[in-house]
Amino acid sequence: MEIKKGIAVSPGISIARSLIIDSEDYRIPRRSINPSQRMIEIQRARNAFKDAIKELTQLEAGQESKEQRKIKDIFAVHLRFLHDRSLRKKITDLVHLESVTAEYAVSATLREIASHFTNVKDTYISERAADIYDIERRLLRRLLGQKREDVEHLTEEVAIVARELSPTQTAGFDKRYVKGLATDAGGRTSHTAIVARSLGIPAVVALEDLTEIVSGGDTVIIDGNRGIVIVNPDSETVRQYEEYSQEFAELEHKLDAIREKPAVTRDGVRITLLGNIEFPDEAELVLQKGGEGIGLYRTEFLYLNRESEPTEQDHYRAYAETISVFKHRPVIIRTVDLGADKYTQSKRFAPEPNPFLGLRSIRFCLQNLMMFKAQLRAVLRASVLGEVKIMFPLITNVAELMQAKMILRDVMEDLDEESIAYNKDIQVGIMIETPSAALMASTLARDVDFFSIGTNDLTQYTLAVDRGNELVSTLYSSVDPAVLRLIRTVVQDAHKAQIDVHVCGEMASEPEYIMLLLGMGVRTISLASPMMPEVKQIVRSVTMEDCNNLVRKVLGMNSERQIAGFLRNAARRILPEAF
Amino acid sequence: MQPGEDTLEKVVCEAEVQIKNADGLHMRPAMQFVDVANQFDCDVTVSNGETNVDGKSIMQMSMLAATCGTKLKIKAEGADAQQAINALQELVEGKHFDEPTPTEQGKN
Repeated sequence: MEIKKGIAVSPGISIARSLIIDSEDYRIPRRSINPSQRMIEIQRARNAFKDAIKELTQLEAGQESKEQRKIKDIFAVHLRFLHDRSLRKKITDLVHLESVTAEYAVSATLREIASHFTNVKDTYISERAADIYDIERRLLRRLLGQKREDVEHLTEEVAIVARELSPTQTAGFDKRYVKGLATDAGGRTSHTAIVARSLGIPAVVALEDLTEIVSGGDTVIIDGNRGIVIVNPDSETVRQYEEYSQEFAELEHKLDAIREKPAVTRDGVRITLLGNIEFPDEAELVLQKGGEGIGLYRTEFLYLNRESEPTEQDHYRAYAETISVFKHRPVIIRTVDLGADKYTQSKRFAPEPNPFLGLRSIRFCLQNLMMFKAQLRAVLRASVLGEVKIMFPLITNVAELMQAKMILRDVMEDLDEESIAYNKDIQVGIMIETPSAALMASTLARDVDFFSIGTNDLTQYTLAVDRGNELVSTLYSSVDPAVLRLIRTVVQDAHKAQIDVHVCGEMASEPEYIMLLLGMGVRTISLASPMMPEVKQIVRSVTMEDCNNLVRKVLGMNSERQIAGFLRNAARRILPEAF
Repeated sequence: MQPGEDTLEKVVCEAEVQIKNADGLHMRPAMQFVDVANQFDCDVTVSNGETNVDGKSIMQMSMLAATCGTKLKIKAEGADAQQAINALQELVEGKHFDEPTPTEQGKN
């Protein structure tokens, strides 16, 4: 039994067998298997060789012309390696004698050979190590690709363990069987965290070397409440956790009972709870948990897991599916927020030295008008199906907003010319997620119908902290006094301009921050659906007077630690079971 | 050992060759070497004085990392050992893997 401590990012308890997802981009950790599994692993290695040979034979045959002779030779060399009996034997012997996975055996063997080359003085020969790495990657892609497909066709409940999970990987999960997530890297707002919360499964991140400790098939307990992962727990621990899991489920059940009740404070102030979603199939869960619409519909998923850019029709179909669930309740579609953390894996984008300050989000759209217009057309066409609103992310100045709105008008004119129906009065809003937008809120408010405060980016840009970097992630806090001042400014400016203001960042799904948001004047919050009952419970347990008093005290405090502690205590008094 | 094998003629041949092409025994020459060696039934062992490797395995051959000027000892064991040695000697020293030698490279 081994206990690892990380950061809890999605609540709940899961006890399941682990399924490890490695990536050919990282070193494959040494991973032991049960000796009875050895023949299976050896067969997997053989299949990988067989498939790689097939692939290379085709590639080699494709190089006909004389200029391609060199490339043909390279493929021919790689094929000789794949056919080499002594290489295959080395790999299968390693699996057999040391009971390790096929991935590890392939990687370790080929890297040993490569290191042999790198140590040779002659540069021409030492550079040949690149060929060996190429062969390694080709084999690993086969072995790991197989596992990725396994995740899409699961037959039993599993807990996914990985170094980190990319949107591409999580998009393919068979959601019925994935019961928990645990990753080596990541922070509170990493993709893993967002996915886990939207699926309502527990997740713990920043576990450092978990993937090196766990072997595939090991039982793992993921405690998403305390941020603990237990590998191969003893029977007593399993029993305790089963009990704890039961209690937690009962609390959830109790909260579910308030689903039908309105989100109203004890003194009668109505609060609107909207859901954050990424995939159309999450829309149903928002309704189930008592959401009154979609406050943040992320549209990046349309760009994942595919070779070509999505067409207007792809966009339209996804939106229509989501809107059909909500009929005449609001659905706020955010235009694509690609770049930085969302899409860095893609080869279509040139790597930037500082992607969070680079060409991302609305900036990217404004430079890729074809893509942007296709999405806007789809949103507008879908606007006749329900109460659709459009939202632009990462606006940093008025000019950007004007430009985005001008493009929207262009698209509207195109639709007019083609006599395609759309809602001419569609509401347009922006995310307030940069300090510049927050400071300029009173100006920006004149040209939009609503603001949505994205607290994740607003926090990271205000505090200059990379939220995904474990070395500084403790500095990241949405209740830092600097961030709170900006949020308060934005809310006040929105009220003055008489436009709606929502909060849609992770902050809105933290039970301990709800009173604070209400006290600052927020009346609409958009959050991950699993947290909705808990948040509603808090709303129903407080009075606006409590919230206003709390804010008054908090605004007088000047340290993040003091504020966080104060808020935690206040929330604990309201809903002791949840903390 | 299987019965009957004893009666086969056990020929052992050896030759020392020197790598003549400028870039040495890199991937492509190693491939040519094992392709030729694999045309014969005999076992082929290659030694650089430190290690002995299987002359029919590209992995082992390329790991010799023999640069230009390196001397290698080729040993063939089996009925067609002499033919194998002749063919390999021709490849390494006669044709130097169809690649330029340092002097030829200098002329270009």
